[in-house]
Amino acid sequence: MLMIRRLSVYAAGMFGASAASADWALNMPKGVTELSVETYHLHMQVFWWCVAIAIVVFGAMIFSLVKHRKSRGVTAAQFSHSMTAEVTWTIIPIIILLLMAVPAAETLIKIEDSRNPDLTVVVTGYQWKWHYAYQGEDVAFYSNLSRSSNEARRRNSGIDPRTVDHYLRDVDRPMVVPRGAKVRILLTSNDVVHSWWVPDLAIKKDAIPGFMNETWFRAEELGSYRGQCAELCGMDHGYMPVVVEVVEPDAFTTWIESEKDAAGSIAAAGD
Amino acid sequence: MTSAVADAHEHEHHGPAKGFQRWLFTTNHKDIGSMYLVFSLVMFFVGGTMALIIRSELMVPGLQFVNPGFFNQMTTMHALIMIFGAVMPAFVGLANWMIPMMIGAPDMALPRMNNWSFWILPVAFSMLLATLFLPGGAPAGGWTMYPPLVLQTGDAFPFLIFSIHLMGLSSIMGAINIIVTIINMRAPDMSLLKMPMFVWTWLITAYLLIAVMPVLAGAVTMLLTDQFFGTSFFLAAGGGDPVMFQHIFWFFGHPEVYIMILPAFGIVSEIIPTFARKPLFGHDSMVYAASSIAFLSFIVWAHHMFTVGMPLTGQLFFMFATMLIAVPTGVKVFNWTATMWKGAMTFETPMLFSLAFLFLFTIGGFSGLMLAIVPADIQYHDSYFVVAHFHYVLVPGAIFGIMAGVYYWLPKWTGHMYDEKLGQIHFWLTAIFVNVLFFPMHFLGLAGMPRRIPDYSTQFADFNMIASIGAFGFGISQLLFLYIVIKCIRREGARATSAVWDNPKGLEWTVPSPAPYHTFDQPPRVPQGETFS
Repeated sequence: MLMIRRLSVYAAGMFGASAASADWALNMPKGVTELSVETYHLHMQVFWWCVAIAIVVFGAMIFSLVKHRKSRGVTAAQFSHSMTAEVTWTIIPIIILLLMAVPAAETLIKIEDSRNPDLTVVVTGYQWKWHYAYQGEDVAFYSNLSRSSNEARRRNSGIDPRTVDHYLRDVDRPMVVPRGAKVRILLTSNDVVHSWWVPDLAIKKDAIPGFMNETWFRAEELGSYRGQCAELCGMDHGYMPVVVEVVEPDAFTTWIESEKDAAGSIAAAGD
Repeated sequence: MTSAVADAHEHEHHGPAKGFQRWLFTTNHKDIGSMYLVFSLVMFFVGGTMALIIRSELMVPGLQFVNPGFFNQMTTMHALIMIFGAVMPAFVGLANWMIPMMIGAPDMALPRMNNWSFWILPVAFSMLLATLFLPGGAPAGGWTMYPPLVLQTGDAFPFLIFSIHLMGLSSIMGAINIIVTIINMRAPDMSLLKMPMFVWTWLITAYLLIAVMPVLAGAVTMLLTDQFFGTSFFLAAGGGDPVMFQHIFWFFGHPEVYIMILPAFGIVSEIIPTFARKPLFGHDSMVYAASSIAFLSFIVWAHHMFTVGMPLTGQLFFMFATMLIAVPTGVKVFNWTATMWKGAMTFETPMLFSLAFLFLFTIGGFSGLMLAIVPADIQYHDSYFVVAHFHYVLVPGAIFGIMAGVYYWLPKWTGHMYDEKLGQIHFWLTAIFVNVLFFPMHFLGLAGMPRRIPDYSTQFADFNMIASIGAFGFGISQLLFLYIVIKCIRREGARATSAVWDNPKGLEWTVPSPAPYHTFDQPPRVPQGETFS
């Protein structure tokens, strides 16, 4: 009964609730790195090309559907070849494709250039959580789905997901990085293939057991950026979010020192 | 053609056997074609039910109906059943019925193998569906079966592998039969370039099947030996590479995509000329375009894997090769448009489905082009944008093609017209709901919703609700299709003439409706200089 009541509440509030979920979006986020903005523009460029082609092609089809119908008393022409037309609609698409391919290749080359990082974090996928290890800093921790989401996600938990902050997109310990630094991510996995995805950083890279993958980003704006595991990794694939917190370099230094102290005191307590 | 009518009388004593044995032992291409079509319709509803379970769970955020493990079983089984159980057998069924009649052959070249390749399928799918009742449930690692995840499958694992072997076996035998029939049994005077476009696209499809189904069989066999016989093809701990599986799988998987669309290209290339009352524009360039698409399909597989970490040069190559596919695909769309141009069109149900195919498949083509752009694909990959893309090419693409073909040839098979009014209602319901169902998925993917998740963040709630409403509308509309087909088989429509439509081209329209049990015992004459469709 509870379930039925909840369903009807959702159904009634479906459009009314849009205001509540403020990060409701239609399009790819522009993101907060130079390359995420470039990626967004590539996406929009190809999209507008498609719109332009659609206007021409669908326009021709719709014109034909309106004009060339038997009910208007027309007789069918019987032509079935035109070398000019066929050459034209082979050449023009090739030119458009070249116009798309060049900027795409330029951006791709930049994406693949992970040289000279300021900071390297080894990210390891587990069923079903992420592990972050700051190279050379002696700071490492697991990042799990936040407790509030974890309680609400259970079947018939009785908790309305809309009352949970960042439902399924929040973690207990986010990855923290300094603003403006080139952060290199080294990705691997402990069990099956996972994929580390943060749309605002325009990064998605697979974490593959036994292999090390590399990617990077340089976040220009402060904030928390949320994403999820993108590669099916078993039962709780939907419950291993990624949160990257971008802070000022000073704050980052303070954070990493406190993490080291905490790790040290835990080790000392262990002794 | 009067001789065909005479043949039908002469051979009345060759009519079908009675009862169950007719279907079990039949070697008749029409009977086998019917069985393939009925089987695929059953699988369409089974796979559709699974899709509705998925959409029910995703209607609102939070878990309501199923557990995440069962949800994954549903996504995996939905894909396997729709691809191997619904779309592919439907095309083979249409090929069985129509190719001999279109090329003027009395039957398929290898009738006993034809019987076998059909009867393997119910066995394979019974086995696959039975895994739902095994401890650990059905396979849940996705239809792509990526290791190491797929190796975590429970008791269902060997059944999954063996059922895929059987499906592959059936497809390979079907493909061999189609190639041998087309190459050897055409009516005299029917040169290759005179063949109808449906025959052409199936010939190309059959070669693709023979090329890639053994590759899939090899890949899943390696999974089997990794699991049970101590090999490490895909296990890094033993020196293997999990990504190698993805390469092998997609070397099968990408041609498979065209296996599921080329015959649909053929079907709409038959239908549009008939209802535009105008020959197909650029018959030969259609053949070359389909062949180019088939060739390119072998060198683009890694565009499914742009996030696995490939060298830059590899990514560039696969991006450029993938973009190139837009050229022959564009040629096909432009040729269909030119076929309509200055025709005298009418809009019966087969034409309506073909036109919806033309518009909506093109939208799927646009999102496909966007997916080829590697930096953007990094964002789209494994998101609902991809789900939207491949459902646009498979549902309003492949499945609309199949439905168009069924409406087009149903009067030829049954001898009676289907209910045109109901057909049009079915079309409009289907065409509207398919967009309500799949279009919002583009937005979900762009906003960051990954695929294959049972629950989602609340910002995705609205579009998921719309998609689920579309799913139920689409699913329920298909019951109307079932009703229309049954009604037509029960001969509740007007009697169909031999031609059925207004002067359609092709040998299948020269035999009576319903087509006699045996057709073209004597090869027909193909009119000089005439190209079919």
